[in-house]
Amino acid sequence: MFKPTLFAAALAAVLPMPALAVSDADIAALRGEFEQKLKDLQAVYEARLQEMEGRLAKSNEGVNAARATADPAVPAPANGNAFNPEISLILQGGYVNRKAGTRLPTGYLQDAAITAPSRGFSLNDTELVVAANIDPYFRGSTNIVLHDDQASIEEAWFQSLSLDHGFTLKGGRYISGIGYQNEQHPHAWDFVDNNLMYQTLFGEHLVQDGLQLKWLAPSDTFVEFGAEVGNGAAFPGSAVDRNGAGDWAAYVHVGDDLGNSQSWRAGLSYLSARPLDRASLVTDTAGIAANTRFSGSSNTWIADFVWKWAPEGNPKDRNFKFQSEFFQRDEGGDLLNDVKTGGYHGKQTGYYAQGVWQFMPSWRAGLRYDRLNHGGIDYGTNNATLLPAAYDPTKWSLMTDFSPSEFSQFRLQWARDHAMSGNPDDKQLSLQYIYSLGPHGAHNF
Amino acid sequence: MFKSLIFIAGLLLASQSAQAALNVLACEPEWAALTEELAGDKARVTSATTAFQDPHHVQARPSLIARARNADLLVCTGAELEIGWLPLLQRQSGNARLQSGLPGSFEAAQHVALLEKPSRLDRAQGDIHPDGNPHLISDPRNLLKVAVALTQRLAELDPANAAYYAARNHDFQKRMGLAIARWEKQAAGLRGVAVVVHHKNWVYLADWLGLSIVADLEPKPGIDPSVSFLSSLLEHQKARPARMILHAAYQSPKPGEWLAEHAGIPTVELPYTVGGSPAAHDLFGLYEDTVMKLKEAMK
Repeated sequence: MFKPTLFAAALAAVLPMPALAVSDADIAALRGEFEQKLKDLQAVYEARLQEMEGRLAKSNEGVNAARATADPAVPAPANGNAFNPEISLILQGGYVNRKAGTRLPTGYLQDAAITAPSRGFSLNDTELVVAANIDPYFRGSTNIVLHDDQASIEEAWFQSLSLDHGFTLKGGRYISGIGYQNEQHPHAWDFVDNNLMYQTLFGEHLVQDGLQLKWLAPSDTFVEFGAEVGNGAAFPGSAVDRNGAGDWAAYVHVGDDLGNSQSWRAGLSYLSARPLDRASLVTDTAGIAANTRFSGSSNTWIADFVWKWAPEGNPKDRNFKFQSEFFQRDEGGDLLNDVKTGGYHGKQTGYYAQGVWQFMPSWRAGLRYDRLNHGGIDYGTNNATLLPAAYDPTKWSLMTDFSPSEFSQFRLQWARDHAMSGNPDDKQLSLQYIYSLGPHGAHNF
Repeated sequence: MFKSLIFIAGLLLASQSAQAALNVLACEPEWAALTEELAGDKARVTSATTAFQDPHHVQARPSLIARARNADLLVCTGAELEIGWLPLLQRQSGNARLQSGLPGSFEAAQHVALLEKPSRLDRAQGDIHPDGNPHLISDPRNLLKVAVALTQRLAELDPANAAYYAARNHDFQKRMGLAIARWEKQAAGLRGVAVVVHHKNWVYLADWLGLSIVADLEPKPGIDPSVSFLSSLLEHQKARPARMILHAAYQSPKPGEWLAEHAGIPTVELPYTVGGSPAAHDLFGLYEDTVMKLKEAMK
């Protein structure tokens, strides 16, 4: 560092010599000014030096210790990416060992789109999810399911953010809020496959093209009411070219905590659809799958219950989840079998119950029981060929899964499928992987 | 139809605006405690989580959605700590006031300089937070900054009591400032002490008291410690010996105990937040207990 005195001397030498006439006071004033300038210069140099030392120290600290020296009260500017939608991709697939062919539960009119599940190695649904807040008033989300030769829009909806007072409006194509498991995507299921109840009622789950309005009551207990109107194109409705709504649904969900360790939710839902020429496969008396077309009304009640336990409410290491749903479906109208139209009335019930136990970090085991009760079916004039089956489909599934992280999961499942009368015992072994890439959104309770 | 709905909602809002106390839902106990320090009886405060719950792994339980429905203000950590559940509370509560960016949504991390901002975003690095390490609560100096911002937010939402909040903040800053100076003096012997941590939630504590973090029980953030990884830490311990192993009240003590037993060093369970130990009944008790437990382990 330079010496101030030296610097002063040099400056003095360079400066023009003052006239002899100057008084002492003038000299003193000049000296003062001089010293002030000197101090200023010194200050500038000191500041620069400090800055350089600071930079050196910072670069030595490395990435981890890089600390924002800016005023912390000013939030860090969001980077350009922050405005892009959240994009995530779900990869699923696995290996299944089972009997060949479709295994539809006997005695139920079901979605004709249900195909035989694949055997051996297979790729399951690949889901592409893109979501973002559109503006301060709406959020938008889409879930595109990719298959080999097509992409289908599973969901594409907007949701209000600013209605306030407990109201939320959703519109577009969305997964209906009825029941409990309905809103879960397959990658969030606790078992490899769907339960018989949801498969029978909706194929996979009920997806609506329409509007949904929810209202959350201003109470400390969770009480939510929901109402939906849709085009009713999805099973148990059917695609019909018409104005107005093809189906409507209403539900109420209630939930709360019991202490710190337990929480629960229960619900009751009702769905009413008006299908026209809805296709279903029904196995006839000769054991041949017959194509039927149903027109009439389809009304479904669903009661759901879920209970979760975790020590002190911390599910990280251990937790338990019990869930069960019960349904009653009442369908009445006309059934076309081959060329013969007859009356049809079916009042059927069913349920599933499952428990999943996380016994150590990353490891879970689960057991599920599915049962459908054949109930009362009347094919009218078709009773001769479509013998109403007195058979109650059931299924047992046992699974264990391992999650190395929040974003990956491997599952092994063993099932005894007694869904089909006449071919009752199918022993199914499944292996499954689920990967989630990107900023995967939070899951519902 | 939609416009008329908004209009009706607006009317309802106007009719309800004359409310008594602010209804505050804090995401973690520390923010509930801080809000109580600043707002006193002018706010009704509840915490969504307890000290025994890992704030990363909370579910959007029905009870939380119901509480968010009625809240005027969310006080949370931010920096994606609550990403697994908070967005659901905001969207499903039907409460327009709590949406991100509005005065009803307060994020502490926006008012503190975060450490460990990752230079590379790759999940192969584990569950990292793009904005930096969100466990800012383990340094009480951060609390002072957050308190200033929270006081401003309370005044913005409830201008009638602005002076009251400002006075309580002034008092809090003074008491906490003195306490921090006292703790720093008490913890002078901890400077440079090597520690092993369970998860990256002690980075700010280390920064404050000058502890040196030499190893983490988690191979990557959010990945559970495996036996083989713990064994490698034991080797590490021989090369760079640590004095103690730190874990939070909400974390399993088992991995730390295994290493402690084999390495012959103590494990220390720190409260991490308010309510994490009997002594940590408020913010002052929290740091007091933390410093005392660290000093005890040095004996």
